[in-house]
Amino acid sequence: MPIPLLGLLLVMPALVIVLILFIVPLVSSITGAFAVDGLFGFANFQKAFELYSSDIVFTIVIVSLSAVLIGLLSVAIGGYLTLGSNPRAVAILRWLYRWPLFVPFIVVGQILRTFLAKNGLMNSLLMQADILTPMQTTSFLDWRGIVIAFVWKQTPFVTLLLAGAMASLDRSMIESARNLGASRLRILIEIILPQVLPTLLVGLILSFVTMMSVLSVPLMINAQSPTMITASMAFRINAYGDYGVANALGVISLLTTSLVGWVYLRQTMREHR
Amino acid sequence: MKTTMIDLKWIPRALGLGLLAFAIFGPLTNLVLWAVAEKWYFPHALPLQYGFSYWVSVFSPRGNATTSLTMSVLIACLTVIFSIGLAVPAGYALARLKLPFRGAILLVLLIPQAFPNLPVYVNIARLFYQLGLNGTVVGVVLVHVTHGLVYAVWIATAAFSAIDRELEEAARSMGASAFKTFCDVTLPIAAPGLLASAIFVFLESLDEFTGTYFVGAPDISTLPLLLYTAGSGGNYQIASITALILLVPSIAFMIVIERFLKADVLSKVGR
Repeated sequence: MPIPLLGLLLVMPALVIVLILFIVPLVSSITGAFAVDGLFGFANFQKAFELYSSDIVFTIVIVSLSAVLIGLLSVAIGGYLTLGSNPRAVAILRWLYRWPLFVPFIVVGQILRTFLAKNGLMNSLLMQADILTPMQTTSFLDWRGIVIAFVWKQTPFVTLLLAGAMASLDRSMIESARNLGASRLRILIEIILPQVLPTLLVGLILSFVTMMSVLSVPLMINAQSPTMITASMAFRINAYGDYGVANALGVISLLTTSLVGWVYLRQTMREHR
Repeated sequence: MKTTMIDLKWIPRALGLGLLAFAIFGPLTNLVLWAVAEKWYFPHALPLQYGFSYWVSVFSPRGNATTSLTMSVLIACLTVIFSIGLAVPAGYALARLKLPFRGAILLVLLIPQAFPNLPVYVNIARLFYQLGLNGTVVGVVLVHVTHGLVYAVWIATAAFSAIDRELEEAARSMGASAFKTFCDVTLPIAAPGLLASAIFVFLESLDEFTGTYFVGAPDISTLPLLLYTAGSGGNYQIASITALILLVPSIAFMIVIERFLKADVLSKVGR
């Protein structure tokens, strides 16, 4: 058998599964959004914007804010792992930061729901330490809780990719900059960061897409309105069986990610050529 | 004088590391406390009474955790078998063989990572409903396979790409067939990477909530669905025990992952 045909044959089963079970439903979510009583129309989008415009803004703001915080934290942790002068502190940090790496979102939702509540462990401990009085305690189970959950779970993932990229950099440039008296912060920002920027970008984009898909965290942490559009979509289907509006919200979330997704696809395709 | 300087430098370090440790282990400790709390209410910072009575009821033969755990493990095992079975040939072809339409194939395999999957699950659930696959093990496994397959293909591709071609060529020049070379040379060398990908797919399936919620519920109950139902019912002990069961394999994998995957392979995951 000629090699190109054999290769195609080996890839085909996996390809067919992804095509039928991802690409086709993806396309039908787009066509479904424009279908109004079997005809083409924009009524679903009109209704989606009427009912859920605050959810849409809420979602984009929360996910973007989380991505920025994840980026800052992962650069800080990755930078210290690469440039830290005390081997013991670096070792502790390396051991410490990765714990949430594979903790599933549903578990993150559950543990933060009990930890961040008004009468949760965090407020109780702050009260025990006399930092807060019972009157000052507030529940973090709103937009802040979602941001904390996303940052808690996704920072280790981005940091792992980033620290790997930083570790494989050529040390000679860093050492010579240090010998010339450059501060570590300056070395991080001016020498290291520009070289690992593609990795940081890929990590943040994957996190952005992941956060746009998470249903459990908004359901568990932020039950009130406004909430994230993933929760609105689930509500639309479970309460009304309204696939039209749910799909319109889906298309809005697809459009939001398509911008960053396009950057990701271009970057990765270039590397695999 | 010198010693005080060193001591002073430890203050910001210890403060930073301490804050990070609190942010990471505070919530985790909270979970463990809830799992063994018999009585715990405001304003007590710690549980009033500890015990395992909830564990006994959760793990009793008729308890729902046992059923959900069995179902979760069954689905995860089937998902691993299907995903790895499909990913090994695909990964080998992507890493080693000349492929026509290579760009288009890569694109199709990357798209699931570039778009949110919730709109997709909604429409899969609709399709499966017409096919009678909603609420069946097959339906849930298919959804998990689609999700896990993409990761499995990329890890398998990375594992095969990392193998030195000369080893395969040496086997071929000594008269081994292409298939025998693959089985006796390529596959054993790639095994650690493939094993890591199998564990990863297993965990992803075990932890998957959204797809199971739309396609499986309420007929199929996995651990994440049990956690969600118990948590929404305000039963934090059962929710925390379920969360703890899900947490153990995740933490174990986090600890051993570098033994399976070198940083350079790891950095290719998700690319």
